[in-house]
Amino acid sequence: MILRDDEKAMLAGDEGPAVRKAMDLLVRYGEALGAQYLVDTRNVAGTIGATTPFLRQYGDRNGGMDAVFSEFNLDSAEVVSIPKVKVFSSHLQQGIDPRQAERQGISEDVVRIYETGQAYSSSLGVQPLNTCTPYQVGNVPVKGEHCAWMESSAVIYINSVLGARTNAEGRESTGAAMLTGKIPYWGLHIDENRRGTHLIQLDIEVSTTADWGLLGYWIGEQVQDRIPVIEGLSHQPNLARLKHFGAAAASSGGVEMFHLVGVTPEARTREDAFGSRKPEGTLRFGEAERRWAYEQVNLTARDAEVDFVMLGCPHYSLEQIWEVCQLLEGQRLSPNTELWIFTAASIKQLADLAGYTRIIEQAGGHVMTDTCSAIGKVVPKGTKVAAVDSAKQAHYLPAIMGIQAWFGTTADCVQAAIEGRWRGVLK
Amino acid sequence: MSETFILRGRKVVGGRFEGEALVTRDRISGWGGIDPRSGTVIETRHELKGISFAGKVLVFPGAKGSSGWSSQFHIARLAGVAPGAMLFNEMTAKMGLGAVVVHAPAMTDFDEDPLERIRTGDWVRVDADTGTIEVTPREHRSNRHLSAVATGLDRTPGQP
Repeated sequence: MILRDDEKAMLAGDEGPAVRKAMDLLVRYGEALGAQYLVDTRNVAGTIGATTPFLRQYGDRNGGMDAVFSEFNLDSAEVVSIPKVKVFSSHLQQGIDPRQAERQGISEDVVRIYETGQAYSSSLGVQPLNTCTPYQVGNVPVKGEHCAWMESSAVIYINSVLGARTNAEGRESTGAAMLTGKIPYWGLHIDENRRGTHLIQLDIEVSTTADWGLLGYWIGEQVQDRIPVIEGLSHQPNLARLKHFGAAAASSGGVEMFHLVGVTPEARTREDAFGSRKPEGTLRFGEAERRWAYEQVNLTARDAEVDFVMLGCPHYSLEQIWEVCQLLEGQRLSPNTELWIFTAASIKQLADLAGYTRIIEQAGGHVMTDTCSAIGKVVPKGTKVAAVDSAKQAHYLPAIMGIQAWFGTTADCVQAAIEGRWRGVLK
Repeated sequence: MSETFILRGRKVVGGRFEGEALVTRDRISGWGGIDPRSGTVIETRHELKGISFAGKVLVFPGAKGSSGWSSQFHIARLAGVAPGAMLFNEMTAKMGLGAVVVHAPAMTDFDEDPLERIRTGDWVRVDADTGTIEVTPREHRSNRHLSAVATGLDRTPGQP
């Protein structure tokens, strides 16, 4: 790699051992990719917590949070003292909700480790957004901004909907970026790599959030990690729909960027979206494709008795919480069914203020923050059958928790929470 | 057909390793796709579901899914159940970073598609530093190869 003077100085240790380790990792990583340069970034989103058992034990055995950061954020077995972050850095989702620990079956020990980690993270100057959706709570990168973000659903959102630039970074590369303000100039940082590869034509209406999830799930399976350009929209999508669409496409495939002709910022027209590239293929999304996706995300579901309804993957927006309240107000959940809604702590504060948390709690549900069922491995005790409105969560939760999962619309899920039975069908 | 053949590619992570190939045409998910403490694929619809890649020469198209990919394979390395070498076709950020933190020899950009040439059970000597892999098809594997499995593998990690 060709390093600039400031980068050479960091690699030589001029800014201390942690920055040296960070630069060493970025160089190894950049060379693995085949990158020639690093690029400056002032917006990093990563994770440095240690609430999972493996990381907890690692920290206990090797000297606490600096040891965890050294190994898991810098790929350094040598424990180095971690300085404050150099650039604006946001923490992504965590492993637990410390305010709902008992309900989530989390022991006090783990809550203390969470609090230690939170204090450590804040001492480094990492912003405690604690969400998979930083763009919903104030970290909204602008078009062209070079970022170093992990969390596949956030990466695809900021690339595609906002026009910011990031690859799907990982825990180690974002740790190194926090300390250096650098990331390899490769992949989606470069103009020509952001153009579309496949044209997707919609033959049917795609309107609900669940529809967008199914479309994303199908597209991910079809194009894997390529860049789809979608044409023929019947309805203008909003944040929630594009969030679910991207999360699904990033889960079933590895999509990190998409274009919606006439909607997203690098696709004013089809020509704009493809640039000088010729589409490698044209795919059509119709009833058969929608049904295929619906069947795939319902593959594990057999039993109609639903004991857990999980909403908030990715973390719910205030608008989505409001929608649930409209469906739930004045109703009572089935005694056999739990409803957990996951969101960012700052969105929950607004939900508290707006009275939404009270409506959900009066019905028997709970609003939780910081984590989700798949990341935290937290479901109500004894859960066998879950219901979700997220194709991403339907993809991951059964594999991670060994349970069944139904996928449907938000309304299907709320109905299942009230009746204790799944009645959703593909309409 | 000669017993062994050579493929050439680009070093991603340096080092040498020899061992048994585990080949899949399915991309692999890290977070939610593997159990990093046993080195086993857990994804519902994956053709390697329930199979361990620990100590194998893992031959696969590339990475998919969550950006927790690298940290899951990082944990697998610390748990002693990472692949012994990784050979793949598609470079992505999560694949590149994952290969780096596993510390095992890794290669990509081959002169011939390793998914076409290598089968599960073949014996593979990976020398990422020189960019070559030597493949002995499983029907030509000798006792020497089997004893290497039994006694521990000749492994020279490339990175700290």
